[in-house]
Amino acid sequence: MQFGIFSVGDVTTDPTTGRTPTEHERVKAMVTIALKAEEVGLDVFATGEHHNPPFVPSSPTTMLGYIAARTERLILSTSTTLITTNDPVKIAEDFAMLQHLADGRVDLMMGRGNTGPVYPWFGKDIRQGIPLAIENYALVHKLWREDVVDWKGQFRTPLQGFTSTPRPLDGVAPFVWHGSIRSPEIAEQAAYYGDGFFANNIFWPKEHFQRLVNLYRERYAFYGHGTAEQAIVGLGGQVFMRRNSQDAVREFRPYFDNAPVYGHGPSLEEFTEETPLTVGSPQEVIEKTLSFRETFGDYQRQLFLMDHAGLPLKTVLEQLDLLGEEVVPVLRKEFAKGRPAEVPDGPTHQSLLAARAAESVTA
Amino acid sequence: MKLAVISAGLGQPSSTRLLADRLAEAATRQADATVQVIELRELAVDIANNLVTGFAGARLRAAIDAVTEADGVIAVSPIFTASYSGLFKSFIDVIENTALVGKPVLIAATGGTARHSLALEHAMRPLFSYLRAVVVPTAVYAATADWGADGEDDPLGARIARAGEELAGLMLNRKPGGEVEEFVPFAQQLAALEQ
Repeated sequence: MQFGIFSVGDVTTDPTTGRTPTEHERVKAMVTIALKAEEVGLDVFATGEHHNPPFVPSSPTTMLGYIAARTERLILSTSTTLITTNDPVKIAEDFAMLQHLADGRVDLMMGRGNTGPVYPWFGKDIRQGIPLAIENYALVHKLWREDVVDWKGQFRTPLQGFTSTPRPLDGVAPFVWHGSIRSPEIAEQAAYYGDGFFANNIFWPKEHFQRLVNLYRERYAFYGHGTAEQAIVGLGGQVFMRRNSQDAVREFRPYFDNAPVYGHGPSLEEFTEETPLTVGSPQEVIEKTLSFRETFGDYQRQLFLMDHAGLPLKTVLEQLDLLGEEVVPVLRKEFAKGRPAEVPDGPTHQSLLAARAAESVTA
Repeated sequence: MKLAVISAGLGQPSSTRLLADRLAEAATRQADATVQVIELRELAVDIANNLVTGFAGARLRAAIDAVTEADGVIAVSPIFTASYSGLFKSFIDVIENTALVGKPVLIAATGGTARHSLALEHAMRPLFSYLRAVVVPTAVYAATADWGADGEDDPLGARIARAGEELAGLMLNRKPGGEVEEFVPFAQQLAALEQ
């Protein structure tokens, strides 16, 4: 199982000091956080993609390429790559390039974004969100698997004899996750291709995501990629820890109360009751995270949101120390217990290569 | 059958709730249904939180489910500033916009004087028409004075009985099912793009 962090890349005023980091500080902080993730033994760093303030990560492969050069083991990913408004040809090219630079330590998560105006800014129609996600991804998928592509669709200029370069590393396309918080169509899409399904469950109660994940698992089996239990599931999480639970609550409360996404709404207590947010001791984080398995079954990837709501870099790095040293080692051990042998680990370039080799032997 | 009763009254006791109960009683006299009353006053903070966070907490979720799963709905709001109350509209806003499709809905309202009664026709009925609910022809408005009408000449009682009967009739004749397809198989989605 893989553990990592995902960042929204928001520039938010620290409510306890009134200080707002500059975009430059925030971009550099994201890099520092990614390097720290590798240092403390995490497996994945994923960045969001946004095209409006107060968010900085508009160009994920640029950032991930830089991080790739400065890390050895970390898988570089996205949360999410906008499959609706980016040119699918450019996605295929950019991530294949990144895959080469990072020696295969790359995957990505497709998403539709949550900011309406991004569609018109990039010349797209938001009412076509799902069809755009479907057609664009079908093209990315084809460009990574076929050397010469003839293609015609509804949303993009046609291609005649087009080859996307560089070809994927070792002829194996980067693994793709599909992220969704609402749409069964996306769970169905992920199942159809045998790709991963990431349920970013951090803001909503689990019952909602249970339905989506169950649908994805059923359909994954229906399309013959394996059993429902073998489907590739990723989940979000959101934690703030101190050794002493009360200290964590006291320190995090002003950040929670003023957070752009959920501040000025429910209380911290109500929110932790209803969603995966855990504010407390490392032990409490371990218990809550282990409970995800009871709801969603054995899964492959757990990403935590750690650097948001104006938390200072120093605090985030302390959080990563706790996560890497005290939480994840226990989670690895506990999640391994009782995990059926046929449930796969989180996909890597090596595991995809091995799967292809096994396929060509049986074929 | 299940009947969900939405009462947006704020006072306690509330004339809105009183009207809601009388309508529920009139409807269940004709149609055998279990009644679940949703008092929006008790859910006011949950509704505001849902607007802010985008999801419903457990208590509000139960109320939304009750409306979504009901075979018929009675919706009663006080009239504030020429329309249904903000709390009432906020509750309707957090329900899926397909939850009421084809569902019989009886609309009713309360207010200080009869001058506001057409708010039912110019505000409440279009709201439910937009949601593609089947709104019963008789809408019931109760002004303060209506609660004092004597037994012989009771126009409010007559309207309540007629509206309840209309709702019961629609509930009894309602075709079961009509559930929205959970998802479209992928091949079909792809094919729709290729022409």
